[in-house]
Amino acid sequence: MTKHLIIAEVQDGKLHNSTLTTLGAASKIEGPITALIMGASSNEAATVLKDYAAKTIFVNSSALNDRLAQPYAKVIAEVATQEGATHVWHGATVAGKDIMPRVAARLDAGMASDIQEVIDGSTFKRPMWAGNIIGTVEVTSPIKVITVRPTEFDKAVGGVGGELVEANIDAGDSSMRFVSFDAVKSDRPALGDARVVISGGRGLKGPEGFKEIVEPLADKLSAAIGASRAVCDAGWVPNDWQVGQTGKVVAPELYIAVGLSGAIQHVAGMKGSKCIVAINTDEEAPIFQVADYGIVADAFKAVPELLEKI
Amino acid sequence: MKILCTVKRVTDYEAKIRLKSDGSDIETDGVNMIMNPFDEIGVEEALKIKESKGGEVVVMSIGSDDSIQQIRSAMAMGADRGILVRAEADMDSNTIAKIIGKVVTEESPDLVLMGKQAIDGDSNQAAQMLAENLGWGQATYAYKVKIEGEEATVTREADGGLETIAVKLPAVITTDLRLNEPRYASLPGIMKAKRKPLATKTLDELGVTPTNYVVMKGLEEPPAKAAGQILPDIATLVEKLKSEAKVL
Ligand SMILES: Cc1cc2nc3c(=O)[nH]c(=O)nc-3n(C[C@H](O)[C@H](O)[C@H](O)COP(=O)(O)OP(=O)(O)OC[C@H]3O[C@@H](n4cnc5c(N)ncnc54)[C@H](O)[C@@H]3O)c2cc1C
Repeated sequence: MTKHLIIAEVQDGKLHNSTLTTLGAASKIEGPITALIMGASSNEAATVLKDYAAKTIFVNSSALNDRLAQPYAKVIAEVATQEGATHVWHGATVAGKDIMPRVAARLDAGMASDIQEVIDGSTFKRPMWAGNIIGTVEVTSPIKVITVRPTEFDKAVGGVGGELVEANIDAGDSSMRFVSFDAVKSDRPALGDARVVISGGRGLKGPEGFKEIVEPLADKLSAAIGASRAVCDAGWVPNDWQVGQTGKVVAPELYIAVGLSGAIQHVAGMKGSKCIVAINTDEEAPIFQVADYGIVADAFKAVPELLEKI
Repeated sequence: MKILCTVKRVTDYEAKIRLKSDGSDIETDGVNMIMNPFDEIGVEEALKIKESKGGEVVVMSIGSDDSIQQIRSAMAMGADRGILVRAEADMDSNTIAKIIGKVVTEESPDLVLMGKQAIDGDSNQAAQMLAENLGWGQATYAYKVKIEGEEATVTREADGGLETIAVKLPAVITTDLRLNEPRYASLPGIMKAKRKPLATKTLDELGVTPTNYVVMKGLEEPPAKAAGQILPDIATLVEKLKSEAKVL
């Protein structure tokens, strides 16, 4: 019998949106849902979470305040075993990708990464080769570990009003220690949540291009800002802004790509966007193949004009 | 300091990947094969650590004899010796992690450096599974690595910024794109690589029986997107965004 265990992600004390889409994905397979939330500062998030699961387990331990893969995997695997979980889920975020393979190894379970579709209780579709190919995988082990591509599922609706129980589970010895976190400060919406994303590439010539061209438009549209790998590598913008196969996956209602060529690795992270606009001087640029609307023009002229006319 | 690096033979990131006409697998005819770019970054980092601390860099690959090419490439960059584990192409990450684990037991490295994901399967699992199986700490998505005494201090590319953690050695570290820029092999390097020791092993010798926890049931190409429109000017764009796409 199917029993789901959903691992919640908490960021700055708040429940991460990817947890809600993960709950949405799990609900495609019939079975009771238990949620697990960890860390001593997760009180508030735990009360939100209990509205989405019949049972929410809160491991209120300061040993789990820093999200380190080794202690997290131990606690998750122990709860999964105690609860008799058959499906253990997490969003395919940096944290989920870091932690869940360890959980799978600990439970001697197979794992489907970054799924975009649930076919049945053991079969899933997932992107491979930077999304050029979609693979259908069957996880045959009794326990299945799954990470979920947040952009591909609707958020769960909530309203469950389940029970919240605190559990005491030893985080164990760890060879890992948290040192520091250097946060990218931004007042803009997070890339994964924004309704509009404006991404820039090497065509913006330098960090000033982002400041002068992209930022004013992002301000006006309350958009998040993304970037190609090339400009993250060059240090023009934070690494955290990279969209693509090996960066963030986004699917906003509107994605505006400015001065980026549209390499397959970039497209892998944004082609699910509802409406894609490309602005590029080169009419042959591959980005035009995925764009709904293309403007062949110099970004330094076109974007200010767009800002003015919107 | 002894470092074990894993290298996977994968399709070139510049290649257009398509399915064979019968849909059974991807078309590899005429597709260039390379070392997984993240693994190459791992080899580079290992060489840098060796240059400052001394020691040995061992590279391993799992696959057919074709993978010798990628092992030799790593040796041409400067790795000292290679290990090929001969095995079938289709294996789940659990099996890959078990195989690497056996090699780790034989070699006892202080550090295992792996790519954060292979750009073909994009699974992003094997390194973390390996670390768990060994009971070691891990530092994934490394942006900066500093080895001091018995510990590695690693800055990681995390959601929302850069996270720094310390992990006791031995440990598993996986590389992200910005950790370094891999060197090109020099001509003397390539010549020398041909004479560097390469051992081959079988799964039987290592005592690993593949699990089939994750089975590939089929591959498909994603549906093609309808062609977009090139618009003459910004005024038309704004109009379309408002009335056609209704996103403004
Ligand atoms: C293993 C691996 C993983 C990768 N992962 C990612 C990833 O996750 N995300 C990602 O983005 N990339 C990734 N890449 C890199 C990717 O292959 C490309 O190199 C990169 O996306 C190119 O960035 P770009 O479009 O900014 O630069 P370029 O390809 O140089 O494109 C610049 C574009 O700007 C246009 N332009 C120039 N001037 C102007 C102007 N004045 N106005 C308008 N347009 C102008 C040009 O016509 C050109 O099309 C990866 C590569 C590898 C090997």
